[in-house]
Amino acid sequence: MRERLPRIVLHTVLVAASLVMVTPFVWQILTSLKTLSTATSVPPTLIPDGHWANYGRVFDLLPFGTQFLNTALMAVLRTLGQVLFCSMAAYAFARLRFPGRQVLFGVFLSVLMVPPQLFIIPQYQIMSSLGWLNSLPALIVPGLFSAFGVFLLRQFFLGLPPELEEAARIDGAGPLRIYWSIVLPLARPGLVALAVLVLLWSWNDLFWPLVVNTDPGKMTLSAGLASLQGQYQTDYPVLMAGSLLASVPVIAVFVFLQRQFIQGIAQTGIKG
Amino acid sequence: MRKDRVTEALWGYAFIAPIALGLAIFYLWPVLQTAYFSFTEWGAFGGHTWSGLENYRRLVGDPEVGRALVNTIAYTVLGLIAIPLAILFAALLNRKMRGVGAYRTFFFLPVVTMPVAVAMVWRWLYNGDYGLINYVLSLVGIDGPNWIADPKTALYALVVIGVWSSIGYNLIIFLAGMQAIPAEYYEAASIDGAGPVRQFFRITLPLLSPTAFFVSVVSVIGSLQLFDLVFVITGSGAAARANPAYPRLQTVVQLFYDRAFVTNDRGYAAAVVMLLLLIIVVLTAIQFRLQRRWVHYA
Repeated sequence: MRERLPRIVLHTVLVAASLVMVTPFVWQILTSLKTLSTATSVPPTLIPDGHWANYGRVFDLLPFGTQFLNTALMAVLRTLGQVLFCSMAAYAFARLRFPGRQVLFGVFLSVLMVPPQLFIIPQYQIMSSLGWLNSLPALIVPGLFSAFGVFLLRQFFLGLPPELEEAARIDGAGPLRIYWSIVLPLARPGLVALAVLVLLWSWNDLFWPLVVNTDPGKMTLSAGLASLQGQYQTDYPVLMAGSLLASVPVIAVFVFLQRQFIQGIAQTGIKG
Repeated sequence: MRKDRVTEALWGYAFIAPIALGLAIFYLWPVLQTAYFSFTEWGAFGGHTWSGLENYRRLVGDPEVGRALVNTIAYTVLGLIAIPLAILFAALLNRKMRGVGAYRTFFFLPVVTMPVAVAMVWRWLYNGDYGLINYVLSLVGIDGPNWIADPKTALYALVVIGVWSSIGYNLIIFLAGMQAIPAEYYEAASIDGAGPVRQFFRITLPLLSPTAFFVSVVSVIGSLQLFDLVFVITGSGAAARANPAYPRLQTVVQLFYDRAFVTNDRGYAAAVVMLLLLIIVVLTAIQFRLQRRWVHYA
């Protein structure tokens, strides 16, 4: 396996594949800096004409700053909620004994098996009856909870050495204290893995935000961007600029937290 | 001692209370409600009445449901090509060499990119008149079609986007799986004179098969729920119907969206997602059945 494959063949194949992976992004960036007439010239011109105005147009067509804020608030609050609530439940399932533990965990797991579309109509009804349609709570509240996070963190907690907790218990620490001062700090890699995954899924989520918030000022970036598609579907330079602006924050987070992202996925192997 | 037991149990319930409440209200109860809604008919102002099996009867005779099912399943099956591709590239990347990190990042970029943005970029690449793909094809004398508006090519074009955006995710899981294979196996095989290809087929693939099984189960479940990419490519409502390739692209979840939130036929929409649940359960069960034939557990 190791030395037999000639390096040159290996790198040729990998470079070719990398080109396929990266070209769409490069073309997106180049197009976002072209005027419409340059972008639609035949044959295509490679070099853009520095038409930064496309980025300004995105802000004219969409309340982009507001939608950016909506998306960030949704992603961050959902992440905080899930990390807190899921870690609490995961600790109980991993370490505390109480009647009905197995059954309750089984019920939680069953939520994980159901395709999320089955939750949507009733969730929408709840939002509607609370008067929450077209509001930030609608984007955030159902996403504060997840069965996935409980499952992921329970696995992680089970792998932690119990000695420190035993010692703390002998010293008289209660479950709350053990959870907060011992388990959480030890479980940091697991918490970070969950956080980056929830952040990614929330930022990129389309269906739920699309359905609950139809007022442009309350939309997330994914829904706002999708709405541009309908009206301005031929102005590709503007669409490329908008899609770049909307996706770059998470790509940037990924570049910084690449190791945690990859660990999170390798550990859980579950995609949203 | 007994008091400790009770205290511990109470703490246990306290710790799971917030999420239990949240899951019950927003997830568990809704599943039951959706199941119930699938037996109801919705009026124009949101009220609903029991209609028995009527929605399911309509479902069976609805040509749009049939098309959406065929498209969704075809997309799912064709999309499985991402698995052998990911195994191949994971095998190439599973070694110490310069640039591994960069290659891995390139494969992974589409995984973290917003699907709405991905779909927009590919729409542009696929554009019949000005798209990069048709330009490159024209250099070798091929007159490319209008990929996503041509009923003959649209579904395949969609599969390419799906594979492009999921291969990096699969690759990461396979890399983790490969790194868990003990190096001694390869050393022993080398001593016995087995070359790299033989080692790949005799050691790597069999030991990776549980990972591959897992990835295929997860990919099938994910593909069956395809929505974002198609929604951006076709739009919805009248705009979507204007695309001649729409009948070859429409998916089950898109149909659900349309019935639930565009035409407000929510009872019928509930029946559509119950059908989706059934398909997911059946296809997952089939995969568990078939695993005996190809998955090796060490």
